[in-house]
Amino acid sequence: MTMIETRTDPMVINFGPHHPSMHGVLRLMVTLDGENVIDCEPVLGYLHRSMEKIAENRTVVQYLPYVTRWDYLATMFTEAITVNAPEKLADVPVPKRASYIRVIMLELSRIASHLLWLGPFLADVGAQTPFFYIFREREMVYDLFEAATGMRMMHNYFRVGGVAADLPYGWVDKCEDFCNYFLPKVDEYERLITDNPIFRKRVQGVGTLSREDAINWGMSGPMLRASGVKWDLRKVDHYECYDDFDWEVQWATDGDCFARYVVRLGEMRQSAKIIQQALKGLPGGPYENLEAKRISSGPKSEWGGFDYQFISKKSSPTFKIPKGEHYVRVEAPKGELGVYILGDDSVFPWRWKIRPPGFINLQVLPQLVRGMKVADIMAILGSIDIIMGEVDR
Amino acid sequence: MTTGIDLQQSFVQWLEGVGVTPGLAHALWLPLPMVSVLTFATLWALVATWLERKVSAAVQQRIGPEYAGPLGMLIPIADVVKLLVKENVRPAKADGWLFSLGPVVVVMAVLLAYVIVPFGHNIVITDLGVGIFLWIAISSIAPIGLLMAGYGSNNKYSLLGGLRAAAQSISYEVPLALAVLAVAMMSNSLSTIDIVDQQTGYGILGWNVWRQPVGFVIFWIAALAECERLPFDLPEAEEELVAGYQTEYGAVNFMLFYAGSYLNLVLSCLLVAVLYLGGWESPVSVDALAGWLNLSLDNPLVQVIAGMLGITMTLIKAYFMLFLAILLRWTVPRVRIDQLLDLGWKFLLPVALANLLMTAALKLTFPGVFGG
Repeated sequence: MTMIETRTDPMVINFGPHHPSMHGVLRLMVTLDGENVIDCEPVLGYLHRSMEKIAENRTVVQYLPYVTRWDYLATMFTEAITVNAPEKLADVPVPKRASYIRVIMLELSRIASHLLWLGPFLADVGAQTPFFYIFREREMVYDLFEAATGMRMMHNYFRVGGVAADLPYGWVDKCEDFCNYFLPKVDEYERLITDNPIFRKRVQGVGTLSREDAINWGMSGPMLRASGVKWDLRKVDHYECYDDFDWEVQWATDGDCFARYVVRLGEMRQSAKIIQQALKGLPGGPYENLEAKRISSGPKSEWGGFDYQFISKKSSPTFKIPKGEHYVRVEAPKGELGVYILGDDSVFPWRWKIRPPGFINLQVLPQLVRGMKVADIMAILGSIDIIMGEVDR
Repeated sequence: MTTGIDLQQSFVQWLEGVGVTPGLAHALWLPLPMVSVLTFATLWALVATWLERKVSAAVQQRIGPEYAGPLGMLIPIADVVKLLVKENVRPAKADGWLFSLGPVVVVMAVLLAYVIVPFGHNIVITDLGVGIFLWIAISSIAPIGLLMAGYGSNNKYSLLGGLRAAAQSISYEVPLALAVLAVAMMSNSLSTIDIVDQQTGYGILGWNVWRQPVGFVIFWIAALAECERLPFDLPEAEEELVAGYQTEYGAVNFMLFYAGSYLNLVLSCLLVAVLYLGGWESPVSVDALAGWLNLSLDNPLVQVIAGMLGITMTLIKAYFMLFLAILLRWTVPRVRIDQLLDLGWKFLLPVALANLLMTAALKLTFPGVFGG
């Protein structure tokens, strides 16, 4: 007996690079069977700007203004890794105060980045309103950045051996105010979002990544921690002064989009707590350059010590990167941001290889969306948290 | 029980008094209700778009439109003018007929259904015996228009959007009809006038919403799905399908879709008011009002006031529901297509059926309360 069979041809549909929810200029070639995703192929490179090649004929100070364009939502981290790489290679010491300032800035930047993940992620599953709420808080973070660095996004604040300028007078109080204001706001997001049944249905069990897969695919950051791996470079590498503070690594075991949401929300809280502790323990207190204290207590002032400087030694514009190679990494909000630097005893690095977390995390997308619905592509892509600036570099 | 003013009769009588033949007077009357419905429905839809902007702005801690007129009230006019003067672009390989007819079909279907919305005993275009059934029947035409637009646009996003619209409206028409059926069963009539009449007499407590709470919720959910409002706006899901079936549309054709969706929303809200919230019934009865004014019920002034009151009350109830719809849209995320269909077929349909059975049983047991 012959069976009458209806069969539809799969439809190849192009998402991006100008699709509203492709987070910039990602392009996905998706093969659909009705509403089901059969295959998905990401196409990259629409925002490629030769960031690695540019580094090869720039000194560190010359290159610093470029790096905030990698991950333009977590700008402090790109600057941190850019100065950390030569610092580690040349063994430049960093004063305690500078390290604390760096931690404060990094964690503020992490909050800003996670906030600007939360809004678009919710927009990706259809709720537009949280986008406006997160901007309310993010503006304050950027105001703090502006006050300390002079710029809201492209700060150019980190320097080899410290930071470019000390915190302005009164900044510490403002930052403390922000933390006190911000923590209840995270609860507010939770009240609005977390228990919404539609949200739960859209993200729970969607895009599940097992622990083994997460490790094998080289995931890092919240993607890895949501899959049950308690791996945070701040705890693993003990860089800067994170060991001075009492905080927990946020992790979850489900590995789905909801687990990533929970991890990121938890990280925002932890970041605010780290900032609060760092502000309290800031060596030298909340004074600009500690000048007043230094002058009032005479030439042998204890405030003239190394740990109370914001920079160990003004790095020369012709700072030479010594011969040698080294891989340096920090825990950026998206994951492990690393630089593999090859110095040639020259002012320019011989090779400057960037390991962007978004690029590595994005690889797993086709595996996660296969067999899901069209709408899940957006939820999963949103939960990965990519920034095309650093994916394409 | 007053029957209220009979506008047609007064108009024809007035014309005859001026010296027009009865035939011509009736012919002159004919276009008036249609034109007024067209005008007022469009006006309400425009108000709805303004409300959408203002309420969403308030929800999102923004100000919203404020420069175009007081409180930005002229922004819908600005929208319309802008869309009217834009170039109407048709994609090169689109199906011309389907592409142009799609939006027209949608708007026509929605506008036609305004025929049965009553604002008072005689303030309705036509009191059809099949009343509410006409709306259910006609509302099925709109998705055909969406499908035409989706198919004719020669765009894959549009096609997916059109297909989603068709699947969605088929799934949600069934529970919608069942919810309406329960109300019709209690009123022993499909006529919208009878349905409102049946809710009179006990003030707010007489409203169907108390006797049909489950039906009310089902109707509201299904109506939102029919109107493609968030959380059910899958056919035009911006984050997935760019703009769904509207993707290739601009200028006037887009305006028709846009107007169609808001007209549909206002219509659904009006019908919620009629079916469940007592229609034109007001807390202050016309009888009491006439008593205070020491006027008889037949007095023209009382009749005019009663008519205005009926229209106002219907609109207040409808816009309250509209406000809820807008608030909902800017609060919740969007469901997924399989979840949407699951909700329609596996939850709403059985519940609506059970509700219908329950209503029938209650009607047999308590004929006094549930309409014998």
